[in-house]
Amino acid sequence: MDIDVNAHRPILDIRDLSTHFQLGQITLKAVEKVSFTLHRGQTLCIVGESGSGKSITARSILQLVGHPGRITNGQILYAPDPSTEPVDIAKLSSRGSEIRGVRGREIAMVFQEPMTSLSPIHRIGWQIAEALVAHGLMNKKAALARATDLLRQVEIPNPEEAAQRYPFEFSGGMRQRAMIAMALACNPKVLIADEPTTALDVTTQAEILRLIRKLQVENGLAVLFITHDMGVVAQIADDVLVMYRGEVVEHAPVEQLFSHPINPYTIRLLEAARKLGMAAPPARAYVPPGPVMLEVRDVSLIYPAQASMFRKTKAQAAALKGVSFDLHEGESLGIVGESGSGKTTLGNCLIRVLRPSTGEVRYRNREGETSNLANASREDLKAAHREIRMIFQDPFASLNPRMTVEQCIGEPLLVNGLLRGRDLRLRVRSLLGMVGLPPDVASRYPHAFSGGQRQRIVIARALALDPRLIIADEATSALDVTLRGQILDLLLELQPKLGLSFIFISHDLGVIRYFCNRVIVMHRGAIVEIGETETICTNPSQPYTKALLAAVPEAEPARRNLLVA
Amino acid sequence: MGRFIIRRLLGMIPFIFLVSVTVFLLIKLTPGDFVSNYAASLAASGETVDDAMLESMRARYGLDQPVIVQYWDWISGVMQGDFGYSFQWQQPVISLIGERIGLTLVLSVSTLLLTWAVALPIGVYSAVRRYSFGDYFFTMIGFLGLAIPGFLMALILMFVGVSVFHTDVGGLFSPAYVNAPWGWDRVVDLAKHLWVPMVILGTSGAASLIRIMRANLLDQLHQPYVDTARAKGLSEITLLIRYPIRVALNPFVSTLGFVLPQLVSGSVIISIVLNLPTAGPLLLQALLGQDQYLAGAFLLLLCSLTVFGTLLSDILLALLDPRIRYQ
Amino acid sequence: MSDTTLAPPRALDTASEARLVWLRFRRHRLATIGLTLVVLLYLVAVFAECLAPFSPDKSNARLVFHPPQAIHFIDEQPDGWHFRPYVYGSKLARDPVTLAAKYVLDGSRKTYLRFFAQGDAYKLWTLIPGNVHLIGPADPSEPVFLLGADRQGRDVLSRIVHGARASLSIGLLGVANSLLLGIIFGGLSGYLGGKVDWFIQRVIEFIISLPTIPIWLALAAALPKDMSPFGKYFCITLIISLIGWTELARVVRGRFLALRSESFVTAAWLDGCSRSRIIFRHMLPSLTSHIIAAVTLAIPAMILAETALSFLGVGLQPPAISWGALLKEAQNVESISAAPWLLLPGAAVAITVLALNFTGDGLRDAADPHGH
Repeated sequence: MDIDVNAHRPILDIRDLSTHFQLGQITLKAVEKVSFTLHRGQTLCIVGESGSGKSITARSILQLVGHPGRITNGQILYAPDPSTEPVDIAKLSSRGSEIRGVRGREIAMVFQEPMTSLSPIHRIGWQIAEALVAHGLMNKKAALARATDLLRQVEIPNPEEAAQRYPFEFSGGMRQRAMIAMALACNPKVLIADEPTTALDVTTQAEILRLIRKLQVENGLAVLFITHDMGVVAQIADDVLVMYRGEVVEHAPVEQLFSHPINPYTIRLLEAARKLGMAAPPARAYVPPGPVMLEVRDVSLIYPAQASMFRKTKAQAAALKGVSFDLHEGESLGIVGESGSGKTTLGNCLIRVLRPSTGEVRYRNREGETSNLANASREDLKAAHREIRMIFQDPFASLNPRMTVEQCIGEPLLVNGLLRGRDLRLRVRSLLGMVGLPPDVASRYPHAFSGGQRQRIVIARALALDPRLIIADEATSALDVTLRGQILDLLLELQPKLGLSFIFISHDLGVIRYFCNRVIVMHRGAIVEIGETETICTNPSQPYTKALLAAVPEAEPARRNLLVA
Repeated sequence: MGRFIIRRLLGMIPFIFLVSVTVFLLIKLTPGDFVSNYAASLAASGETVDDAMLESMRARYGLDQPVIVQYWDWISGVMQGDFGYSFQWQQPVISLIGERIGLTLVLSVSTLLLTWAVALPIGVYSAVRRYSFGDYFFTMIGFLGLAIPGFLMALILMFVGVSVFHTDVGGLFSPAYVNAPWGWDRVVDLAKHLWVPMVILGTSGAASLIRIMRANLLDQLHQPYVDTARAKGLSEITLLIRYPIRVALNPFVSTLGFVLPQLVSGSVIISIVLNLPTAGPLLLQALLGQDQYLAGAFLLLLCSLTVFGTLLSDILLALLDPRIRYQ
Repeated sequence: MSDTTLAPPRALDTASEARLVWLRFRRHRLATIGLTLVVLLYLVAVFAECLAPFSPDKSNARLVFHPPQAIHFIDEQPDGWHFRPYVYGSKLARDPVTLAAKYVLDGSRKTYLRFFAQGDAYKLWTLIPGNVHLIGPADPSEPVFLLGADRQGRDVLSRIVHGARASLSIGLLGVANSLLLGIIFGGLSGYLGGKVDWFIQRVIEFIISLPTIPIWLALAAALPKDMSPFGKYFCITLIISLIGWTELARVVRGRFLALRSESFVTAAWLDGCSRSRIIFRHMLPSLTSHIIAAVTLAIPAMILAETALSFLGVGLQPPAISWGALLKEAQNVESISAAPWLLLPGAAVAITVLALNFTGDGLRDAADPHGH
């Protein structure tokens, strides 16, 4: 009887965990009465949007919550093997030797930002070996040898040499592999991964997820995986914990959660994820092309070689290589690509924030006159900028913190001499209404708004001049998934009313698929493929596009496309 | 690394050249010259001044030449180790400045080491125990140290020395050793006197370095890589020394580039107050008396010293930080 | 729930950035105290004539090195106690052994003080005539030395109060010069970038690596000896700011570079703003609090520089009065041990620098609450 109970004893049993932050007089309940169990060999995903307390929960397990945060209640029962009595980690001193014996040795952690999570001035090999030495498992020499071995295990090419390198010499994906090698150094029994793929490109994310699964199987790890991405959850989880504002709102096996969600928040989260997923019906029907509005011909941008008195000249760097395409009136054209693909650079070249080195950007304006924006005069450019507007990625950086909402939105109308005084105020209020904000917020400053609200203000500013074309650069990337859908729907709703065309730049194929008629796939500064969104998404012709599509995690546990090797 | 150092050393050549031009122009900025100054003092004491004699003096000192020729004569001499002739002292400049520059260097460098030795642990303590009593205490001391000019502190110490201890805290040697040849005894005597100017000179530097170290370390303490190291199971103290302090040390070392100029600069003024046999008092006299080669030699050497300090800090920084080394 | 549901309006929602900075500043107790002190000190400098008990040049050969006199408040008279501030008089006596002259307290003589006393006539700002002093002896002919007398029997307190004018204004003027240079060169460097930036950065590095005091000495020694005090004042200010601008230029350049890549600045350009509107409407307002903080932290260096130069005898010279020039009187051990109160102008320097540093630190933290 006893043995039976022990066999089912979970490796980690969290009961009523609360972590609070004391900020002056205010108590922020970041984690409130969270309970769950993690079993050997199992993957448990904690999913939630920003501010849900999922990361704090993960950090609380190893007592890594810094001041002023504190575990105020609950137990964290850790049982390294089924027959031993569990230890309550919550009771250990956060600076004592007992908790240090658990950290890295029993429970290891991988963090979100692979760049800042590695020390910039220590060699990779040593950073991996350090835990082995610290736990007294090996001497330094043996530990360094094992570090090389671990680098091989995480599939880093040329591990002997890589061990001698510094983090800044690695790419993001390589750094995250090194982080995983570091976490696995002491053969821990539990791996906590705190958004380990959020900062990575989608293809790299797929590789890292595959690697974690491989190592999990090989080492019999229990994995606690923190993410905001329902797609990733569907791909890897056994059990799922949904958190909202510090509390667990739903806890279920992954198939059950996706097929029969109970909590309204979970339902909303799933709806939002599926709406922007690859399996959903596209949001828009095919629009027959109108007349051509923007002709981009052979645009290249080459950063000149760096020369200085004592340094050798660096090779020229081409950010864009011979990009050509057309944009038709009333169309939404997507530009998709991974980081470094040149998609943002292209957007900036179209509107002359950057000046292309060669090529033409021919724009036909409302009156039917065509001008080449690549070498237009300031006056022509100013006229074109009234018709072509831009929405930026970071809603916190794109509004001047020293201007009220009214001044921000009114600025283009004012400086172009179109409206002033009472007329301007009325126009700003109607624009606010257009983007779904009450008119009385006009006198507030940007700091009074959330990210989604700010993005609406940015959209209102873009609409102020009655534009024809809006270039949106990762306009929804900084937002949580539920807000992402709302902002896209707002733009979709405005498009026919105002006769808008869009160039929508994003790394997220799901967003592009939802929003765009046609899509350009970019890679290393050049166009790989261009075509109707539906064709590209279902029947791509280029291997790169296929790889990109194959790496998108589907929010459907029944179709696990990522982990099948 | 070797290439880095060679590159930096080569970079210094135009720098030192610029320094020499600046210094010479500074000296030549003053209206009149040593001879007119000399004539004025003769006239003040009621002696008759013979124009022909003044002209011959000018010719002898080369003061009748155009500035550019004078510069060339001076700098080509300097490159061969000849710093010219002091008009005031009627001696070669080199015999006047040798020991004084040496003692300035000893004072500045030993103060620098003291400053670091004091500022580093206190800065670390203040950051790690932020808002503790000790942190507030050292912050207050730091503010005071920044607010009280060095020469005022020197005056206060002199006053306390005289009125409480009945000793003169000025000078760097006991009377018996002032003109003694260098030997072990004289070094010991120097060490006994050196601490007063060191403390005075080091206070404001230490105060600013404590603040810099504290701010740097506070920036680093909450970096994600510290959490990574903690999650590995390192003890708090190992963790602290190996990661945030080690990283915070880099900007700390780079302060050498401006702390050394400050120290050399400050040593000039407190030397004048405390009457130390360093560069300060003689430089002031030379400047006021338009003794151009003496003043020029002091200025050139003091500036080169600090330029060299900047170089040293760059090299140290490159040794400490791979990101700079691999650039 | 939609993101268009707004939190109920709060007072802070319509608070401008400047107001938020001010509110954050007010939370620093030391900084607020520092700012109050700074304001008071500058008021002293502005109204020096009215605040000083005497004219700073009024000398009394019989009262050389008179020590400070303590103020008593309770006046005991045969008819009872009165609240009436006074100081005891003193008389000159000779030490029976050393025969040195010494002032001894004369308990029988009281010099009464009063507020708004009539005293030495002056012209405020050389314009408005007056003779009322905030505090002074009830009988204008009686001498009172609250902070002692100097070598010529002049009142040290009055001289410190008057010295504030030169010392504090040199700090302000010097910083204004530095700021002008700093904004021009730092702004050019940050806005134009490229070769201009490279060149200006090298110049700044060069200046920073020079030891300032020897260079100041050389520059100040180069000033003609027969220059008018006013001319000298301006030249010294210029000399000090010639070195001091580099730090401000660095701050301005750094902020400019950071701002130039902010999307709201790009957005302003796309909105059709002219170059000057981008700089003055969009960039400079974001710079002001940083600049004010940097300027506040730069003034102390200016004041200390003036003090040092005047102390060494190459800065402001008598009859001009500044704290440095006053400290020159205390240059040797003999005069300090005879009259330690001659060091008091140094206390004025220290308090000023302290107050400015507190203010500057508080401003910097308030302008940039998330670190530097």
